[in-house]
Amino acid sequence: MRNFLLLACVALFTMFTLRTLVTPYARAAEPAATESALDKRVTALAQDLRCLVCQNQTIADSQAPLAIDLKNQVREKIAQGLSDDQIIDYMVQRYGDFVLYRPPVKAATLGLWFGPAALLILGLVVLFRYLARRRREQSADAPLTDAEHRRAQTLLGTTDRTTDKEST
Amino acid sequence: MNRYLLPLGIFAVIAVFLAIGLGLDPREVPSPLINKPAPAFSLPQLHQPAQTFARDDMKGKVWLLNVWASWCVACREEHPVLVELARSRAVPIVGLNYKDERADGLRWLAQFGDPYQLSAFDRDGRIGIDYGVYGVPETFLIDKNGIIRYKRIGVVTPEILRDKILPLVRELNGNA
Repeated sequence: MRNFLLLACVALFTMFTLRTLVTPYARAAEPAATESALDKRVTALAQDLRCLVCQNQTIADSQAPLAIDLKNQVREKIAQGLSDDQIIDYMVQRYGDFVLYRPPVKAATLGLWFGPAALLILGLVVLFRYLARRRREQSADAPLTDAEHRRAQTLLGTTDRTTDKEST
Repeated sequence: MNRYLLPLGIFAVIAVFLAIGLGLDPREVPSPLINKPAPAFSLPQLHQPAQTFARDDMKGKVWLLNVWASWCVACREEHPVLVELARSRAVPIVGLNYKDERADGLRWLAQFGDPYQLSAFDRDGRIGIDYGVYGVPETFLIDKNGIIRYKRIGVVTPEILRDKILPLVRELNGNA
């Protein structure tokens, strides 16, 4: 009986200590989880935004003071409940399309978006046309013209009478 | 002959593009704020923290908003031009002391002269973000209706002042 009481006390004690030990962690884990989700959203947005001080970096990569400010701004806007598109709009209103790492498709950026593909297609067309022409020329067993014939002979050093006559 | 024409033509095209590229400043980002209303703000003043300065305080005037900071090296280069401009009274200049320490900003003005009607104190750079500031110094020309008419990123040189800003100031003052 005494043993049982002791055991019960120990069990109760452990339960309480465990609870006090565990619950703070359980509570702490919750904001940490939402924060990491927030962090993920901030990072995702930051990777689409150009740092205007060091222009070949996104604000996610940059440690420039302005990039840090802008990241804080993004975080704040998310906390205010703005959607990703609204935050992007907010940045574009202030810094223009240039702030976007992925330029929008519009009349001014058509060349940027489709220029390389157009050049590739143009290059392929030129290449195939060239190859087709060459194949046609090579496959044609056209007899040599007189001029070609003479040239071949002079190159080979086997001048015949006709060329002799002409050269003299 | 044709053989040389094609590479020569390609070279010419590339050369033209490169020549144009040389003349462009990649750091100069076209501001989306041109011809848009200047973002509203109200900030404590640098000299009198108890008093505020708001965008609408300048309503009805053509004015310059010059973003500066004591830590900004290029601002020192620009400063004599602004001091000279202030002396000529051609256009009121309001300073936006950007991400600075109050004491540093005040000391800086005491040392180099104060061309500003007053300076607004943007400690955390929040208003700077609203104005799309990314390289100090920056200067905005704002008309009587609070519309941004011109923006200069970087140092205002005497040439820019003479050729761009002052003619525009005259025009804006005359038309409205």
